[in-house]
Amino acid sequence: MSSQRPAPAAPPAGRTLSAKEKYLPSIISVGSVLVVVLVVRQAVVSAEQWPRIKAQFFSLDAMIEVFPKVLQGFGINMTVWAIALVVIALWALILAIFRSLTGPWFAPLRVFTVVYIDLLRGLPSLLMVLLFGFGIPALQIPGLPRSSLFWGATAMVLTYSAYAAEVYRSGMEAVHDGQRAAAKALGLSQWQTLRYSIVPQAIRNVIPSLLNLAVALQKDVALLSVIGVRDAVREAQIYTARTFNYSPLIAAAVLFLAATIPMARLTDYVARKDRERRLQRTA
Amino acid sequence: MERVTVDRVTKYYGDKLVLDDVSLAIQEHEVVCLIGASGSGKSTLLRCITDLVDFDAGRISLDGVSIFDNSFGRNGLHKRIGIVFQAYNLFPHMKVLDNITLAPRKVHGVAKAESEQKAGELLRLFGLEGYADSYPEQLSGGQQQRVAVVRALATNPEVLLLDEVTAALDPELIGEVLKIIKDLKDQGMTMLIVTHEMGFARDVGDRVCFLEGGRILEEAPPNQLFSAPEHPRTRQFLQRIIEAGRL
Repeated sequence: MSSQRPAPAAPPAGRTLSAKEKYLPSIISVGSVLVVVLVVRQAVVSAEQWPRIKAQFFSLDAMIEVFPKVLQGFGINMTVWAIALVVIALWALILAIFRSLTGPWFAPLRVFTVVYIDLLRGLPSLLMVLLFGFGIPALQIPGLPRSSLFWGATAMVLTYSAYAAEVYRSGMEAVHDGQRAAAKALGLSQWQTLRYSIVPQAIRNVIPSLLNLAVALQKDVALLSVIGVRDAVREAQIYTARTFNYSPLIAAAVLFLAATIPMARLTDYVARKDRERRLQRTA
Repeated sequence: MERVTVDRVTKYYGDKLVLDDVSLAIQEHEVVCLIGASGSGKSTLLRCITDLVDFDAGRISLDGVSIFDNSFGRNGLHKRIGIVFQAYNLFPHMKVLDNITLAPRKVHGVAKAESEQKAGELLRLFGLEGYADSYPEQLSGGQQQRVAVVRALATNPEVLLLDEVTAALDPELIGEVLKIIKDLKDQGMTMLIVTHEMGFARDVGDRVCFLEGGRILEEAPPNQLFSAPEHPRTRQFLQRIIEAGRL
Protein backbone atom coordinates (compact mmCIF):
# COMPACT_ATOMS: atom_id res chain seq x y z
CA MET A 1 0.00 0.00 0.00
CA SER A 2 2.72 2.37 0.88
CA SER A 3 4.50 1.58 -2.35
CA GLN A 4 1.56 3.06 -4.26
CA ARG A 5 1.83 6.38 -2.59
CA PRO A 6 3.91 9.09 -4.19
CA ALA A 7 7.16 9.77 -2.41
CA PRO A 8 6.90 12.60 0.14
CA ALA A 9 7.83 15.94 -1.29
CA ALA A 10 11.42 16.97 -0.78
CA PRO A 11 11.94 19.80 1.71
CA PRO A 12 11.78 23.15 -0.04
CA ALA A 13 15.01 23.94 -1.79
CA GLY A 14 17.29 26.54 -0.25
CA ARG A 15 16.36 25.63 3.34
CA THR A 16 19.21 23.16 3.82
CA LEU A 17 22.78 24.35 4.05
CA SER A 18 25.51 22.55 2.20
CA ALA A 19 28.60 21.55 4.14
CA LYS A 20 30.40 24.43 2.50
CA GLU A 21 27.81 26.99 3.61
CA LYS A 22 27.80 25.51 7.11
CA TYR A 23 31.50 25.46 7.86
CA LEU A 24 33.08 27.98 5.57
CA PRO A 25 32.42 31.06 7.79
CA SER A 26 34.06 29.38 10.79
CA ILE A 27 37.02 28.23 8.73
CA ILE A 28 37.52 31.72 7.35
CA SER A 29 37.33 33.25 10.85
CA VAL A 30 39.84 30.88 12.40
CA GLY A 31 42.14 30.98 9.38
CA SER A 32 42.23 34.76 9.12
CA VAL A 33 42.95 35.17 12.83
CA LEU A 34 45.76 32.60 12.60
CA VAL A 35 47.30 34.36 9.61
CA VAL A 36 47.26 37.74 11.34
CA VAL A 37 48.78 36.29 14.52
CA LEU A 38 51.53 34.55 12.58
CA VAL A 39 52.36 37.65 10.55
CA VAL A 40 52.52 39.87 13.64
CA ARG A 41 54.60 37.30 15.47
CA GLN A 42 57.01 37.04 12.56
CA ALA A 43 57.32 40.83 12.40
CA VAL A 44 58.02 41.07 16.12
CA VAL A 45 60.45 38.19 16.31
CA SER A 46 62.40 39.24 13.25
CA ALA A 47 62.75 42.83 14.51
CA GLU A 48 66.29 43.90 15.29
CA GLN A 49 65.44 44.83 18.90
CA TRP A 50 63.52 41.63 19.67
CA PRO A 51 66.30 39.77 21.52
CA ARG A 52 66.75 42.76 23.81
CA ILE A 53 63.00 43.08 24.42
CA LYS A 54 62.74 39.38 25.08
CA ALA A 55 65.55 39.45 27.64
CA GLN A 56 64.15 42.53 29.40
CA PHE A 57 60.47 41.62 29.50
CA PHE A 58 60.07 37.93 28.88
CA SER A 59 63.03 36.36 30.64
CA LEU A 60 61.71 33.03 31.86
CA ASP A 61 64.59 32.68 34.32
CA ALA A 62 63.81 36.00 35.97
CA MET A 63 60.13 35.14 36.15
CA ILE A 64 60.77 31.76 37.72
CA GLU A 65 63.21 33.20 40.22
CA VAL A 66 60.82 35.85 41.48
CA PHE A 67 57.55 34.02 40.98
CA PRO A 68 57.11 32.67 44.56
CA LYS A 69 57.43 36.17 45.99
CA VAL A 70 55.17 37.76 43.38
CA LEU A 71 52.59 35.06 44.00
CA GLN A 72 52.79 35.65 47.71
CA GLY A 73 52.32 39.37 47.10
CA PHE A 74 49.39 38.62 44.83
CA GLY A 75 47.87 36.72 47.73
CA ILE A 76 47.90 39.99 49.67
CA ASN A 77 46.23 41.77 46.73
CA MET A 78 43.44 39.24 46.55
CA THR A 79 42.94 39.07 50.34
CA VAL A 80 42.63 42.85 50.53
CA TRP A 81 40.28 42.71 47.56
CA ALA A 82 38.01 40.08 49.09
CA ILE A 83 37.77 41.77 52.49
CA ALA A 84 37.32 45.21 50.93
CA LEU A 85 34.47 43.90 48.75
CA VAL A 86 32.47 42.79 51.77
CA VAL A 87 33.08 46.01 53.70
CA ILE A 88 32.28 48.17 50.64
CA ALA A 89 29.06 46.26 49.95
CA LEU A 90 27.84 46.95 53.50
CA TRP A 91 29.13 50.49 54.03
CA ALA A 92 27.90 51.69 50.64
CA LEU A 93 24.45 50.27 51.35
CA ILE A 94 24.36 52.13 54.65
CA LEU A 95 25.36 55.36 52.85
CA ALA A 96 22.66 54.85 50.22
CA ILE A 97 20.04 54.28 52.91
CA PHE A 98 21.18 57.39 54.82
CA ARG A 99 20.77 59.37 51.66
CA SER A 100 17.29 58.04 50.93
CA LEU A 101 15.82 58.81 54.36
CA THR A 102 13.16 61.51 54.38
CA GLY A 103 12.17 63.72 57.26
CA PRO A 104 13.86 66.71 58.91
CA TRP A 105 15.53 64.66 61.66
CA PHE A 106 17.57 62.76 59.12
CA ALA A 107 18.93 65.93 57.48
CA PRO A 108 22.39 65.58 59.15
CA LEU A 109 22.75 62.04 57.77
CA ARG A 110 21.69 63.17 54.31
CA VAL A 111 24.13 66.10 54.32
CA PHE A 112 26.93 63.85 55.59
CA THR A 113 26.32 61.37 52.78
CA VAL A 114 26.16 63.98 50.05
CA VAL A 115 29.41 65.59 51.22
CA TYR A 116 31.09 62.20 51.67
CA ILE A 117 30.18 61.04 48.17
CA ASP A 118 31.18 64.35 46.56
CA LEU A 119 34.56 64.35 48.29
CA LEU A 120 35.51 60.74 47.72
CA ARG A 121 34.36 60.56 44.15
CA GLY A 122 36.25 63.77 43.47
CA LEU A 123 39.63 62.70 44.85
CA PRO A 124 42.17 60.46 43.05
CA SER A 125 42.37 57.03 44.71
CA LEU A 126 46.15 57.31 44.64
CA LEU A 127 46.02 60.51 46.70
CA MET A 128 43.73 58.86 49.25
CA VAL A 129 46.00 55.82 49.53
CA LEU A 130 49.07 58.03 50.08
CA LEU A 131 47.25 60.25 52.55
CA PHE A 132 45.91 57.37 54.63
CA GLY A 133 48.73 54.86 54.15
CA PHE A 134 51.55 57.25 55.07
CA GLY A 135 49.68 60.00 56.91
CA ILE A 136 47.70 58.19 59.57
CA PRO A 137 50.47 55.81 60.74
CA ALA A 138 52.77 58.86 60.99
CA LEU A 139 50.43 60.43 63.55
CA GLN A 140 51.21 57.56 65.93
CA ILE A 141 47.88 57.92 67.68
CA PRO A 142 47.70 55.35 70.48
CA GLY A 143 44.99 52.75 69.98
CA LEU A 144 44.90 53.08 66.19
CA PRO A 145 46.55 50.48 63.95
CA ARG A 146 49.87 51.66 62.47
CA SER A 147 49.92 49.32 59.52
CA SER A 148 50.17 51.04 56.14
CA LEU A 149 48.38 48.06 54.64
CA PHE A 150 45.40 48.60 56.95
CA TRP A 151 45.12 52.33 56.24
CA GLY A 152 45.79 51.98 52.53
CA ALA A 153 43.04 49.37 52.29
CA THR A 154 40.76 51.65 54.32
CA ALA A 155 41.37 54.44 51.79
CA MET A 156 40.36 52.08 48.98
CA VAL A 157 37.23 51.03 50.86
CA LEU A 158 36.20 54.63 51.54
CA THR A 159 36.74 55.66 47.92
CA TYR A 160 34.98 52.72 46.33
CA SER A 161 32.09 52.95 48.79
CA ALA A 162 31.26 56.39 47.39
CA TYR A 163 30.82 54.89 43.93
CA ALA A 164 28.98 51.83 45.20
CA ALA A 165 26.62 54.03 47.25
CA GLU A 166 25.61 55.86 44.07
CA VAL A 167 25.03 52.53 42.36
CA TYR A 168 22.77 51.39 45.22
CA ARG A 169 20.95 54.72 45.11
CA SER A 170 20.18 54.37 41.43
CA GLY A 171 18.89 50.87 42.17
CA MET A 172 16.61 52.16 44.91
CA GLU A 173 15.29 54.94 42.70
CA ALA A 174 14.54 52.39 40.00
CA VAL A 175 12.10 50.56 42.27
CA HIS A 176 8.61 51.55 41.18
CA ASP A 177 6.76 54.19 43.24
CA GLY A 178 3.83 51.81 43.59
CA GLN A 179 5.95 49.70 45.91
CA ARG A 180 6.26 52.55 48.37
CA ALA A 181 2.54 53.31 48.11
CA ALA A 182 1.67 49.66 48.74
CA ALA A 183 4.04 49.45 51.70
CA LYS A 184 2.65 52.63 53.24
CA ALA A 185 -0.93 51.53 52.66
CA LEU A 186 -0.13 48.31 54.54
CA GLY A 187 1.14 50.38 57.47
CA LEU A 188 4.86 49.67 57.04
CA SER A 189 7.14 52.32 58.53
CA GLN A 190 9.77 54.08 56.44
CA TRP A 191 12.40 51.70 57.79
CA GLN A 192 10.27 48.59 57.19
CA THR A 193 9.51 49.77 53.65
CA LEU A 194 13.24 49.97 52.95
CA ARG A 195 14.02 46.72 54.73
CA TYR A 196 11.31 44.53 53.18
CA SER A 197 10.50 46.15 49.86
CA ILE A 198 12.92 48.70 48.44
CA VAL A 199 16.38 47.42 49.42
CA PRO A 200 15.92 43.75 48.43
CA GLN A 201 14.67 44.84 44.99
CA ALA A 202 17.39 47.47 44.66
CA ILE A 203 20.16 44.97 45.43
CA ARG A 204 18.82 42.67 42.75
CA ASN A 205 18.78 45.59 40.30
CA VAL A 206 22.38 46.63 40.90
CA ILE A 207 24.31 43.36 41.20
CA PRO A 208 25.72 43.61 37.64
CA SER A 209 26.90 47.20 38.23
CA LEU A 210 28.42 46.27 41.59
CA LEU A 211 30.32 43.40 39.96
CA ASN A 212 31.76 45.89 37.47
CA LEU A 213 33.08 47.92 40.40
CA ALA A 214 34.49 44.72 41.90
CA VAL A 215 36.52 44.10 38.72
CA ALA A 216 37.86 47.65 38.80
CA LEU A 217 38.84 47.24 42.45
CA GLN A 218 40.57 43.96 41.68
CA LYS A 219 43.18 45.89 39.68
CA ASP A 220 43.21 49.02 41.82
CA VAL A 221 44.36 47.12 44.92
CA ALA A 222 47.80 47.31 43.26
CA LEU A 223 47.85 50.98 44.33
CA LEU A 224 48.81 49.71 47.78
CA SER A 225 52.29 49.04 46.39
CA VAL A 226 53.07 52.77 46.49
CA ILE A 227 52.88 52.85 50.29
CA GLY A 228 55.33 49.99 50.71
CA VAL A 229 52.89 47.10 50.98
CA ARG A 230 54.73 44.07 49.56
CA ASP A 231 52.03 43.06 47.10
CA ALA A 232 52.61 41.48 43.69
CA VAL A 233 53.56 44.75 42.01
CA ARG A 234 55.88 45.81 44.83
CA GLU A 235 57.68 42.45 44.87
CA ALA A 236 58.16 42.65 41.13
CA GLN A 237 59.40 46.23 41.42
CA ILE A 238 61.95 45.30 44.06
CA TYR A 239 63.48 42.72 41.73
CA THR A 240 63.31 45.10 38.79
CA ALA A 241 65.10 47.85 40.69
CA ARG A 242 67.92 45.44 41.50
CA THR A 243 68.40 43.82 38.09
CA PHE A 244 66.86 46.24 35.56
CA ASN A 245 64.89 43.30 34.24
CA TYR A 246 61.15 43.89 33.84
CA SER A 247 60.03 40.31 33.43
CA PRO A 248 58.65 40.05 37.02
CA LEU A 249 56.21 42.87 36.22
CA ILE A 250 54.99 40.79 33.29
CA ALA A 251 54.61 37.84 35.67
CA ALA A 252 52.52 40.02 38.00
CA ALA A 253 50.50 41.21 35.01
CA VAL A 254 49.72 37.60 34.07
CA LEU A 255 48.52 36.92 37.61
CA PHE A 256 46.21 39.95 37.55
CA LEU A 257 44.79 38.94 34.17
CA ALA A 258 44.19 35.41 35.45
CA ALA A 259 42.00 36.93 38.15
CA THR A 260 40.30 39.81 36.31
CA ILE A 261 39.35 38.11 33.06
CA PRO A 262 37.25 35.35 34.68
CA MET A 263 35.72 37.99 36.94
CA ALA A 264 34.80 40.14 33.93
CA ARG A 265 33.28 37.10 32.20
CA LEU A 266 31.24 36.35 35.32
CA THR A 267 30.01 39.95 35.34
CA ASP A 268 28.95 39.68 31.70
CA TYR A 269 27.15 36.44 32.44
CA VAL A 270 25.27 37.87 35.43
CA ALA A 271 24.36 41.00 33.48
CA ARG A 272 22.99 38.88 30.63
CA LYS A 273 20.90 36.77 33.03
CA ASP A 274 19.63 39.95 34.64
CA ARG A 275 18.60 41.39 31.28
CA GLU A 276 16.78 38.17 30.39
CA ARG A 277 14.96 38.26 33.73
CA ARG A 278 13.78 41.82 33.10
CA LEU A 279 12.68 41.08 29.55
CA GLN A 280 10.72 38.09 30.81
CA ARG A 281 8.99 40.24 33.38
CA THR A 282 7.88 42.90 30.91
CA ALA A 283 6.80 40.30 28.34
CA MET B 1 -23.81 54.91 60.62
CA GLU B 2 -21.24 56.93 58.70
CA ARG B 3 -17.94 55.08 58.43
CA VAL B 4 -15.92 57.35 56.17
CA THR B 5 -16.68 61.05 55.97
CA VAL B 6 -14.98 63.31 53.46
CA ASP B 7 -15.74 66.89 54.37
CA ARG B 8 -14.97 69.73 51.95
CA VAL B 9 -11.58 68.35 50.91
CA THR B 10 -9.44 70.39 48.54
CA LYS B 11 -6.15 69.27 47.07
CA TYR B 12 -3.66 70.79 44.67
CA TYR B 13 -0.81 69.10 42.83
CA GLY B 14 1.41 72.14 42.44
CA ASP B 15 -0.87 74.73 40.80
CA LYS B 16 -3.31 72.16 39.55
CA LEU B 17 -6.55 71.80 41.48
CA VAL B 18 -7.37 68.06 41.63
CA LEU B 19 -9.99 67.94 44.39
CA ASP B 20 -12.31 70.94 44.65
CA ASP B 21 -14.28 71.07 47.88
CA VAL B 22 -15.31 67.40 47.77
CA SER B 23 -17.73 66.04 50.36
CA LEU B 24 -18.80 62.42 50.53
CA ALA B 25 -20.08 60.07 53.23
CA ILE B 26 -19.98 56.28 53.12
CA GLN B 27 -22.34 54.38 55.40
CA GLU B 28 -21.60 51.07 57.07
CA HIS B 29 -21.97 48.17 54.57
CA GLU B 30 -22.44 50.61 51.75
CA VAL B 31 -20.74 50.31 48.37
CA VAL B 32 -20.06 53.64 46.67
CA CYS B 33 -18.70 53.78 43.13
CA LEU B 34 -16.79 56.74 41.74
CA ILE B 35 -16.96 57.24 37.99
CA GLY B 36 -15.61 59.94 35.74
CA ALA B 37 -12.99 60.65 33.11
CA SER B 38 -9.28 60.14 33.78
CA GLY B 39 -7.88 63.05 35.76
CA SER B 40 -11.17 63.87 37.42
CA GLY B 41 -9.67 63.23 40.87
CA LYS B 42 -11.14 59.80 41.66
CA SER B 43 -7.86 58.06 42.49
CA THR B 44 -6.54 61.08 44.34
CA LEU B 45 -9.58 60.98 46.61
CA LEU B 46 -8.82 57.36 47.53
CA ARG B 47 -5.20 58.24 48.18
CA CYS B 48 -6.23 61.07 50.47
CA ILE B 49 -8.52 58.78 52.47
CA THR B 50 -5.66 56.30 53.11
CA ASP B 51 -3.20 59.10 53.91
CA LEU B 52 -0.97 58.22 50.95
CA VAL B 53 -1.04 61.88 49.88
CA ASP B 54 -1.70 65.05 51.84
CA PHE B 55 -4.58 67.37 51.08
CA ASP B 56 -4.69 71.13 51.44
CA ALA B 57 -8.01 71.80 53.12
CA GLY B 58 -10.95 69.96 54.64
CA ARG B 59 -11.25 66.95 56.85
CA ILE B 60 -11.44 63.20 56.35
CA SER B 61 -12.63 61.04 59.22
CA LEU B 62 -13.24 57.40 60.02
CA ASP B 63 -16.14 56.82 62.44
CA GLY B 64 -16.12 60.54 63.14
CA VAL B 65 -12.42 60.67 64.11
CA SER B 66 -10.02 62.59 61.87
CA ILE B 67 -7.61 60.23 60.06
CA PHE B 68 -4.74 62.30 61.48
CA ASP B 69 -5.91 61.80 65.06
CA ASN B 70 -3.29 60.42 67.43
CA SER B 71 -5.71 57.79 68.69
CA PHE B 72 -5.05 55.81 65.49
CA GLY B 73 -1.44 55.33 66.51
CA ARG B 74 1.17 54.79 63.86
CA ASN B 75 -0.60 52.01 61.95
CA GLY B 76 -4.18 52.08 63.16
CA LEU B 77 -5.60 53.81 60.11
CA HIS B 78 -3.93 51.43 57.65
CA LYS B 79 -5.16 48.46 59.61
CA ARG B 80 -8.75 49.66 59.36
CA ILE B 81 -8.78 50.97 55.77
CA GLY B 82 -7.35 48.71 53.05
CA ILE B 83 -6.60 49.77 49.48
CA VAL B 84 -6.03 47.81 46.28
CA PHE B 85 -4.24 49.44 43.34
CA GLN B 86 -4.71 49.30 39.59
CA ALA B 87 -1.19 47.90 39.08
CA TYR B 88 -1.54 45.39 41.98
CA ASN B 89 1.77 46.65 43.47
CA LEU B 90 2.60 43.24 44.87
CA PHE B 91 6.15 42.80 46.14
CA PRO B 92 7.77 40.96 43.20
CA HIS B 93 10.60 39.44 45.24
CA MET B 94 8.27 37.82 47.78
CA LYS B 95 6.15 34.72 47.49
CA VAL B 96 2.38 35.19 47.49
CA LEU B 97 2.18 33.96 51.09
CA ASP B 98 4.84 36.43 52.26
CA ASN B 99 3.13 39.27 50.39
CA ILE B 100 -0.02 38.54 52.38
CA THR B 101 1.52 37.92 55.81
CA LEU B 102 4.06 40.78 55.75
CA ALA B 103 1.79 43.44 57.23
CA PRO B 104 0.04 41.22 59.80
CA ARG B 105 3.39 39.96 61.08
CA LYS B 106 5.67 42.96 60.85
CA VAL B 107 3.17 45.76 61.45
CA HIS B 108 0.53 44.19 63.66
CA GLY B 109 2.58 41.59 65.51
CA VAL B 110 0.53 38.54 64.54
CA ALA B 111 2.42 35.25 65.00
CA LYS B 112 3.81 33.64 61.84
CA ALA B 113 1.76 30.43 62.12
CA GLU B 114 -1.45 32.32 62.80
CA SER B 115 -0.97 34.78 59.95
CA GLU B 116 -0.13 31.97 57.53
CA GLN B 117 -3.20 30.01 58.54
CA LYS B 118 -5.38 33.05 57.97
CA ALA B 119 -3.67 33.74 54.63
CA GLY B 120 -4.31 30.12 53.62
CA GLU B 121 -8.00 30.49 54.41
CA LEU B 122 -8.27 33.71 52.41
CA LEU B 123 -6.44 32.20 49.44
CA ARG B 124 -8.86 29.27 49.47
CA LEU B 125 -11.81 31.62 49.72
CA PHE B 126 -10.65 33.52 46.63
CA GLY B 127 -9.82 30.46 44.56
CA LEU B 128 -6.08 30.83 44.87
CA GLU B 129 -5.39 27.56 46.65
CA GLY B 130 -1.98 26.17 45.72
CA TYR B 131 -0.44 29.53 44.80
CA ALA B 132 0.95 30.39 48.24
CA ASP B 133 4.52 29.53 47.23
CA SER B 134 4.40 31.14 43.78
CA TYR B 135 5.97 34.46 42.96
CA PRO B 136 3.64 37.19 41.65
CA GLU B 137 5.14 37.16 38.15
CA GLN B 138 4.24 33.48 37.79
CA LEU B 139 0.54 34.38 38.11
CA SER B 140 -1.89 35.82 35.58
CA GLY B 141 -2.98 39.45 35.98
CA GLY B 142 -6.35 38.41 37.39
CA GLN B 143 -4.71 36.11 39.92
CA GLN B 144 -2.25 38.82 40.93
CA GLN B 145 -5.07 41.28 41.47
CA ARG B 146 -6.92 38.72 43.59
CA VAL B 147 -3.76 38.23 45.65
CA ALA B 148 -3.63 42.02 46.08
CA VAL B 149 -7.23 41.95 47.38
CA VAL B 150 -6.33 39.13 49.77
CA ARG B 151 -3.29 41.10 50.95
CA ALA B 152 -5.48 44.11 51.68
CA LEU B 153 -7.98 41.91 53.55
CA ALA B 154 -5.35 40.13 55.65
CA THR B 155 -5.48 42.77 58.36
CA ASN B 156 -9.30 42.63 58.59
CA PRO B 157 -9.96 46.19 57.39
CA GLU B 158 -13.39 47.65 58.01
CA VAL B 159 -13.35 49.67 54.80
CA LEU B 160 -11.85 48.63 51.46
CA LEU B 161 -10.88 51.09 48.73
CA LEU B 162 -10.47 49.76 45.19
CA ASP B 163 -8.63 51.92 42.66
CA GLU B 164 -9.50 50.85 39.10
CA VAL B 165 -8.61 47.29 40.03
CA THR B 166 -9.62 45.86 36.64
CA ALA B 167 -8.17 48.57 34.40
CA ALA B 168 -4.87 46.73 33.82
CA LEU B 169 -6.46 43.33 33.16
CA ASP B 170 -7.15 41.48 29.94
CA PRO B 171 -10.91 41.52 29.25
CA GLU B 172 -11.37 37.81 29.95
CA LEU B 173 -9.74 38.17 33.37
CA ILE B 174 -11.90 41.07 34.55
CA GLY B 175 -14.82 38.83 35.50
CA GLU B 176 -12.96 36.83 38.13
CA VAL B 177 -11.91 40.00 39.95
CA LEU B 178 -15.37 41.60 39.74
CA LYS B 179 -16.86 38.40 41.15
CA ILE B 180 -14.82 38.53 44.34
CA ILE B 181 -15.77 42.17 44.81
CA LYS B 182 -19.44 41.15 44.59
CA ASP B 183 -18.75 38.41 47.13
CA LEU B 184 -17.23 41.01 49.43
CA LYS B 185 -20.33 43.18 49.05
CA ASP B 186 -22.51 40.20 49.94
CA GLN B 187 -20.45 39.72 53.09
CA GLY B 188 -21.21 43.32 54.06
CA MET B 189 -17.85 44.96 53.33
CA THR B 190 -17.94 48.74 53.19
CA MET B 191 -16.31 49.76 49.93
CA LEU B 192 -15.40 52.80 47.87
CA ILE B 193 -14.73 51.74 44.30
CA VAL B 194 -13.16 53.75 41.50
CA THR B 195 -14.09 52.03 38.26
CA HIS B 196 -14.45 52.38 34.51
CA GLU B 197 -16.73 49.33 34.36
CA MET B 198 -20.11 51.04 34.21
CA GLY B 199 -22.07 47.80 34.13
CA PHE B 200 -20.28 46.71 37.26
CA ALA B 201 -20.87 50.05 39.00
CA ARG B 202 -24.55 49.75 38.21
CA ASP B 203 -24.60 46.18 39.46
CA VAL B 204 -22.65 46.47 42.70
CA GLY B 205 -22.95 50.11 43.74
CA ASP B 206 -25.50 51.33 46.27
CA ARG B 207 -24.64 54.80 45.15
CA VAL B 208 -22.69 56.16 42.20
CA CYS B 209 -20.85 59.49 42.16
CA PHE B 210 -19.84 61.21 38.95
CA LEU B 211 -16.67 63.29 39.30
CA GLU B 212 -15.40 65.94 36.97
CA GLY B 213 -12.68 68.51 37.45
CA GLY B 214 -12.21 67.47 41.07
CA ARG B 215 -15.89 67.95 41.96
CA ILE B 216 -18.70 65.50 42.57
CA LEU B 217 -21.19 66.73 39.97
CA GLU B 218 -23.86 64.16 40.57
CA GLU B 219 -24.55 61.52 43.19
CA ALA B 220 -27.44 59.05 42.96
CA PRO B 221 -28.45 55.40 43.17
CA PRO B 222 -27.12 53.60 40.06
CA ASN B 223 -30.47 53.08 38.34
CA GLN B 224 -31.28 56.75 38.58
CA LEU B 225 -27.82 57.98 37.60
CA PHE B 226 -27.43 55.67 34.63
CA SER B 227 -30.97 55.93 33.27
CA ALA B 228 -31.92 59.49 34.16
CA PRO B 229 -28.80 61.56 34.84
CA GLU B 230 -29.66 65.09 35.87
CA HIS B 231 -26.47 66.95 35.15
CA PRO B 232 -25.74 67.62 31.45
CA ARG B 233 -22.06 66.70 31.95
CA THR B 234 -23.06 63.33 33.38
CA ARG B 235 -25.32 62.75 30.38
CA GLN B 236 -22.49 63.68 28.03
CA PHE B 237 -20.03 61.35 29.83
CA LEU B 238 -22.47 58.44 29.78
CA GLN B 239 -23.28 59.11 26.13
CA ARG B 240 -19.59 58.77 25.25
CA ILE B 241 -19.36 55.55 27.25
CA ILE B 242 -22.37 54.14 25.42
CA GLU B 243 -20.92 55.16 22.05
CA ALA B 244 -17.72 53.36 22.99
CA GLY B 245 -19.77 50.26 23.67
CA ARG B 246 -18.83 50.09 27.31
CA LEU B 247 -22.33 50.16 28.80
